[in-house]
Amino acid sequence: MSAEKLIRMGEMQATPQEPVSGATRLSLSTAQPSRHSVLVRATHWITALSFLALLISGVEILISHPRFYWGENGNVLTPALFKLPIPSSRSLVPTGYGFVLPDQNGWSRYLHFQSAWFLALTGLIYVGAGLTSGHFRKNLLPHGEDVSWRALWRTIVTHSRFEQPTAAEVWSYNLLQRLSYLFVIFVLFPLIIWTGLAMSPAFTSSFPATVTLLGGRQSARTIHFFVAVSLLLFLLLHVGMVWFVGFRSRLRTMITGRIDGPQEDA
Amino acid sequence: MTDISRRKLISTGLAAAAGITSLGVAAGLAKKYGLLPPDCGGIWGVGETLNYASYRLLTNHSMAREFARSEISDKPLANEMPPLSGAFKKLQAGDFADWRITVDGLVDRPGAFSLQQLKSYPSRSQITQLACEEGWSYVAEWTGVPLSHVLKVAGIQPHAKYVVYFSIDPDWWDSIDMGDALHPQTFLAYGMNGGALPVGHGGPVRMRVPRQLGYKNVKFITHLAITDDLKKFGKGLGSASPEGGYAWYAGI
Repeated sequence: MSAEKLIRMGEMQATPQEPVSGATRLSLSTAQPSRHSVLVRATHWITALSFLALLISGVEILISHPRFYWGENGNVLTPALFKLPIPSSRSLVPTGYGFVLPDQNGWSRYLHFQSAWFLALTGLIYVGAGLTSGHFRKNLLPHGEDVSWRALWRTIVTHSRFEQPTAAEVWSYNLLQRLSYLFVIFVLFPLIIWTGLAMSPAFTSSFPATVTLLGGRQSARTIHFFVAVSLLLFLLLHVGMVWFVGFRSRLRTMITGRIDGPQEDA
Repeated sequence: MTDISRRKLISTGLAAAAGITSLGVAAGLAKKYGLLPPDCGGIWGVGETLNYASYRLLTNHSMAREFARSEISDKPLANEMPPLSGAFKKLQAGDFADWRITVDGLVDRPGAFSLQQLKSYPSRSQITQLACEEGWSYVAEWTGVPLSHVLKVAGIQPHAKYVVYFSIDPDWWDSIDMGDALHPQTFLAYGMNGGALPVGHGGPVRMRVPRQLGYKNVKFITHLAITDDLKKFGKGLGSASPEGGYAWYAGI
């Protein structure tokens, strides 16, 4: 990596300090600024816990009817768009399995909505703070020479070669990270909240367009499923990348905000 | 301890105290304005209260979506049910002529309504969706008498807050607040898709609450109790649903 690039990386981060090279910065263990602000760290972990709870409870709700439809209506008497090859917690559903799982919908639905509230309110705080503090502009929107197909191709190549990030990259997000984080924050999360609310008979009584725009209640449920799968894929990829670059050090940085000595990330 | 970490500790402490205080104030206001559901205690209380309070603040006068006749499902699903009791079968053998819905509690004229009486009141029809919390749904036309009409005939008292409704199956009862009870789409439904309400769908008469999910639409209604205090019923959680682990408010 060129010195010019190192300096550019230094400029991108949220800290007000003079840009210095990554190597210099890493040696300043006591005076160094936070890699992630307190707000980013707190909202990250509340979101992570809420998402895990939503995922577990979502799967539990799903097994009471592992069939999907399109449009307004669908039940075991109507043909399914597709079915998941899993057992069900209802004897009504023909699954091909000779057993019925215990009913878990009660606590699952309670947990699903409670975590959804935590996630949505945390998301509002994060997005509101991110807009006013310039976090999105500085740390997530691609900058300058990164806004090109060539730059995108370059990061795809370095990712596909499984190259470890440079010391400077530890202080910033690369282009693929920026694009995927923006997609998760501004496309997938809004979409999963929207499709979830579109299944609420009370919410749609006040805002009927939220479900008719999607093509009906069953369409909303099917889209909700696919967005959840996309978020799960993101989670696996995200954790996989963190594992690849050094799970313990990155985990510590996301909790404390501090970056340890370079030997940790090497 | 350095200055910075002390300052951080103090500001974190102050933020936490402010958070707890505002939570307390919010809970007090929610109680004052009747935004607390009966199952607001326990570990799921926060989410359940936010769900119920949002419905009260956002959707109190809204109408459930109605559909065109062409959108009625040709395959409405009658969900599984426990076997019907001997008492039910006896009434069924008599074509439900002796079916009664008793009304008591905070009404001026407690008494019992026969099916004939219900059918003599102005009937209403709606083409709405029944959605089960499991995920499946269908659209059907329901015919019946608005619950608000029956409550008016019985002389509902002004301090009534909830209508508790009971199935002939003693383990199956539920309740709704007055917003839903007086809502024009809340029916005691005795007809479906142009015919009598089939037994599988709760015939001769079921509660129809289209702004809530399927399980609030209790089948085989025999008793309405009008009250200002849900603590007097069952375990005090508002219905059999929370006793079985399900949320009392089922608008989502």
